[in-house]
Amino acid sequence: MIDNSCIAGDRSNPFLPEMMRIVRRFDLTSDVRFFQVRPTEASRALTLYYKPGTFMMVSNPGVGEAPLSISSTPSRPGLIEFCVRNVGHVTNSLFRMKENDEIGIRGPYGNGFPIETLKGRDLIIVMGGLGAAPLRSLLLYALDNRDDFGEIYLLHGAKNPHEMLFRKEFYDMMERDDLHCMLSVDKDDTGKWPAKVGLVTSLFKEIKHIDPKTTHAAICGPPVMYRFVLQELLKLKIPKHQILMNLERRMKCGVGKCGHCVVREVYTCLDGPVFSYWDVLNMKELIY
Amino acid sequence: MRILKLKKKDLKKFLESISSFGELWAPVKKGNRWAFQPTAPDNIDLDAGRTILPLKKFMVPQKFTMFKYNKEGYTPELSNIPSRIVFGAHPCDIAGLNILDKLFTENFPDPYYIERRKKTAIIGLSCLPDEFCFCNETGTDTVEEGFDLFLSETGTDFYLVWIGSSLGDDLMRMAENLFSEDIAFEDIQKFTNWKKERAKKFKVNIDLTGMPSIFELSLNSKIWDKIGERCLACGSCSMVCPTCNCYDVKDTVELRECKGERNRCWDSCTLHEYSLVAGGHNFRANRSDRLRLWYTHKLESFIGAYGKPSCVGCGRCLVTCPVDINAYTLAKTLREEEVFFK
Repeated sequence: MIDNSCIAGDRSNPFLPEMMRIVRRFDLTSDVRFFQVRPTEASRALTLYYKPGTFMMVSNPGVGEAPLSISSTPSRPGLIEFCVRNVGHVTNSLFRMKENDEIGIRGPYGNGFPIETLKGRDLIIVMGGLGAAPLRSLLLYALDNRDDFGEIYLLHGAKNPHEMLFRKEFYDMMERDDLHCMLSVDKDDTGKWPAKVGLVTSLFKEIKHIDPKTTHAAICGPPVMYRFVLQELLKLKIPKHQILMNLERRMKCGVGKCGHCVVREVYTCLDGPVFSYWDVLNMKELIY
Repeated sequence: MRILKLKKKDLKKFLESISSFGELWAPVKKGNRWAFQPTAPDNIDLDAGRTILPLKKFMVPQKFTMFKYNKEGYTPELSNIPSRIVFGAHPCDIAGLNILDKLFTENFPDPYYIERRKKTAIIGLSCLPDEFCFCNETGTDTVEEGFDLFLSETGTDFYLVWIGSSLGDDLMRMAENLFSEDIAFEDIQKFTNWKKERAKKFKVNIDLTGMPSIFELSLNSKIWDKIGERCLACGSCSMVCPTCNCYDVKDTVELRECKGERNRCWDSCTLHEYSLVAGGHNFRANRSDRLRLWYTHKLESFIGAYGKPSCVGCGRCLVTCPVDINAYTLAKTLREEEVFFK
């Protein structure tokens, strides 16, 4: 159980959000916007703790509340970052908000990635589309604690260069010699794309220096991506329980009450959103 | 647990003497059914059958405000919850509350539920089964916890009263002289005889043994498509089920002024939007998927998590579903195939 003092929101009432101020926002793609927020009460900013892979319930009073993955890393405290795609009521209203506007936040919720287990392991991080949002948290955390991890592979696929989230940030990472950063786009309509053209699965043949027994993979992306990426990971002989996925569900509470995210006996908000491939095989309905 | 005797003729006097705790709610006839309503001790129907809605309506109202907000921030709505005495709660419904207790008081305790639960005195009353009850099969025909007082019929001129909580003890002490500790051997015999007689009256024969395995084995069965075709996705089963606790959250805002409220209202997993996520992907687009969720949650998954079904055998789905999809027909269909869905 997470220590209460680290949680945003009211300690005695898990449904009451805490006010946070939008510090910065800019567009990542045509429909995804990046938000940095910090607690309105300055003293709270440094006490907030979360694990990569967890999410927060973000409220815009009068519109509603939605679960959003955290894109920032706890190793850089002070600001919390979200990637928001303009698809629903709440996200649409967030797109109308400006710097210094206040939003309500409560969380973090969910199990997150098992950071302690991952220590000393090789990592393969596979992201597609908006899947970059939660996995960027894990990637930055691993890079900030570089000595704790073995080889780190980042495989990031997008439809075209314009649709790649954090393309500048990740492109700069290609320079690093302690990270295998591999980016690909399905189609290069700009003619200027400096990295690979092809599906994200085409990047797997470049993975060489890993011992599958001590390698963990983390995947997040659109539903179609999972099947093909999973095949590649199994070809690498990575054990099923070491393949982790960050899943998505409709959620109304984030704290195991409203029932919307239930799959069999599991609450995605409490027992997830990070599940292993074994969980997915074991529980029909978890992905599809 | 402390057990006392209360003469049946003193019940009215007892309920009058505890009225200072809060408003009395009890089953009252409504059409050809019953409903928990505020009432005077005189109008209580002691032989009431199942009420239309279970006790969850006291702890999680159909719709309520969680908090109000304005420019300054959020203010929770917890102060206007009334104290109430709910008399005539049947064992199955109290068992339903015990299941809701697990959901709402463990892992991020829900202050709205807990506050209402604390302010509601539950006085249980034993009952006789009608043709739809099957609480004997779900092990909820008697309850050992979850009530403040429980009155059990003995087939004679007195009730045996179980004191289930400190509040129950306080209530009893408000009219202590009406109770007696003097329980004779023949009183015990009368009570056990009444229970034996009651056990003979159950008519629904629903066999729940091995249900988790049967569900697991039938997950891809065509039965679900057939039941799905029949289901109207009306959500009535969720409204009347004592353990259905899913809810939706909606904000309302006042025009002109920057203020509004966040409300919670009952929801049902059989409704189309239940698993729909932003962007348009619906994890359970078919009625059969949603109906399977409803029943696997009650009769399989909950057993996996808590060791017993979250069905309490109240029979409400049997009397409510307009197309006869209920715990009984479903369990029977999975066991014997196509008994009810030819």
